[in-house]
Amino acid sequence: MNESTQLVGWAAIAVALAVLSVPWFMWGADGVVAGLPVWVVYHVGWLCLVAVVFWVFTKRAWGLGVEGVSRDG
Amino acid sequence: MADTALQVGIILGYMLVALAIGVVAYRLTERTAEDYYLASRTLGTVVLLFTTFATLLSAFTFFAGPNISYGAGPEWILVMGLMDGVIFGILWYVLGYKQWLVGKANGYLTLGEMLGDRFGSLRLRLLVAGVSIFWLFPYVMLQQQGAGTAIEALTGGAVPYWAGAGAITLFMIGYVALSGMRGVAWTDTLQGAFMLVMVWAAFVWVASAVGGVGTATATLGDVDGNFLALGGGLYTPEYVLSTAISIAFGVTMFPQVNQRFFVAESKEVIKRTLPLWPVLVVLLFVPAFMLGSWAQGLGIQAGANENVLPLLLAEYTPAWFAALVIAGAMAAMMSSSDSMLLSGSSYFTRDIYRPLVEEASEEREAFLGRVGVAVFATLAFVASLFQPASLLQIGDTAFGGFAQLALPVGVALYWSRTTRWGMYVGIGGSQIVYIAGVLFPVVFVSLPLVGTVPVGVPGTILGWSISVWCMLLGLVLTVGASLVTNASPEADASVYATGAD
Repeated sequence: MNESTQLVGWAAIAVALAVLSVPWFMWGADGVVAGLPVWVVYHVGWLCLVAVVFWVFTKRAWGLGVEGVSRDG
Repeated sequence: MADTALQVGIILGYMLVALAIGVVAYRLTERTAEDYYLASRTLGTVVLLFTTFATLLSAFTFFAGPNISYGAGPEWILVMGLMDGVIFGILWYVLGYKQWLVGKANGYLTLGEMLGDRFGSLRLRLLVAGVSIFWLFPYVMLQQQGAGTAIEALTGGAVPYWAGAGAITLFMIGYVALSGMRGVAWTDTLQGAFMLVMVWAAFVWVASAVGGVGTATATLGDVDGNFLALGGGLYTPEYVLSTAISIAFGVTMFPQVNQRFFVAESKEVIKRTLPLWPVLVVLLFVPAFMLGSWAQGLGIQAGANENVLPLLLAEYTPAWFAALVIAGAMAAMMSSSDSMLLSGSSYFTRDIYRPLVEEASEEREAFLGRVGVAVFATLAFVASLFQPASLLQIGDTAFGGFAQLALPVGVALYWSRTTRWGMYVGIGGSQIVYIAGVLFPVVFVSLPLVGTVPVGVPGTILGWSISVWCMLLGLVLTVGASLVTNASPEADASVYATGAD
């Protein structure tokens, strides 16, 4: 993959991570899971996913778009 | 009374520990500005993570955040997660890592210095420092006011407001002047860890006192407005997004946070920090804000100006534990203020005093920085005695004010066609409109012939806050003005070129 494709891909992932942090599709839902509102549980799960994706980013694509030279792998 | 003695004792204990750390840090401090303000760019992962975290969010975690969750439901967990866990994490890379590379390569200590050098413009440097201090000063004043008020409430009025706020101000001057960034960061780390432990202990304690987490949460369904349901009341999608975006961008330009972009010891430190952000945010804010909402479900009665968390703890936990948490919150307030004093002082001495008044040596500048801390803190204290309404208003809207800097700075960092006029117009234009919105909200004026007309700047447009609209304006102005002007001969885009290593 060349650098600009990678950049677009990671940018799209970043936007998706942010947009889906709030479960818009659960608007008005009032269920309870594990003693917490269901959307809080979703959010906790999602932020754990965000942490994993951030970690993968630091391993695989760190420097992309910021440093002058891409460092893949 | 025994509780009061305990609380005061805990606060004094914290001060002594902070002072001891300050002394150790002072002994390690070289007499240079870079060491005083940035600990010579040597912070490791844990210290960097916690100092950034504790600096920014401490008082909010214990007081304002749970109060909002008490009044409107726990949706602020989502706002906070999106804001600090996700968007700030991304900006930590996009703006923060870039600033770290650029700062390290060119020896920058402040945002204004970084921009002024790139565009060959002292005026831009002064503008950025001036705008930053304009928003920071009232915010520091609010912290002192909070500390003074809390001490007055804690001692039942035995220590009047001015004495409490004054004592805290004096203590902070002594300790920040002594220790600089290294000591501040170390106490923040202790503070952050303490906060996490306290919040979880409170969460578990209250939950077990009422019969479990599920029982506590079930009470939310009976609250007027149903706190179990996502959204409703205060929380619209536009509110959630506006708040998270505006504050996340604002956070990056708050001097005490922006300066932390420069202080990582190595690239590895920044890499390790990034995935820890979302985890830390969830760990801290889920229990803190659930507690606030539970208080509503459990029928705790808090007045308009009362903090709900102490009331909840007083109801369900022993006095000594409640005292410990409240004292921790007070200490947290101090740990925010000390970082703000340090960065405010560095902006003033480095970006305003030094270029305009006296070209000081490194050693002299470190001394001036310490004087700056004292001056800044004293002025903010004096202002907090009078609490002028317009300053309170500015302090309350500071995040939005700082958010206006973020996009022009981002454009400058990444787009080599940016010109100094683009920066003047982008920063100046968005600031003017946003400040007008803060100081002149819409009022309806009756005019002859035309009838009643709205005059002023609205707080929201189409549900989105004025802060987000002004950010867009700033972006358009920066790019637009750069396109129609030429780079000045003194500008040097190459200083932001960053190769790998």
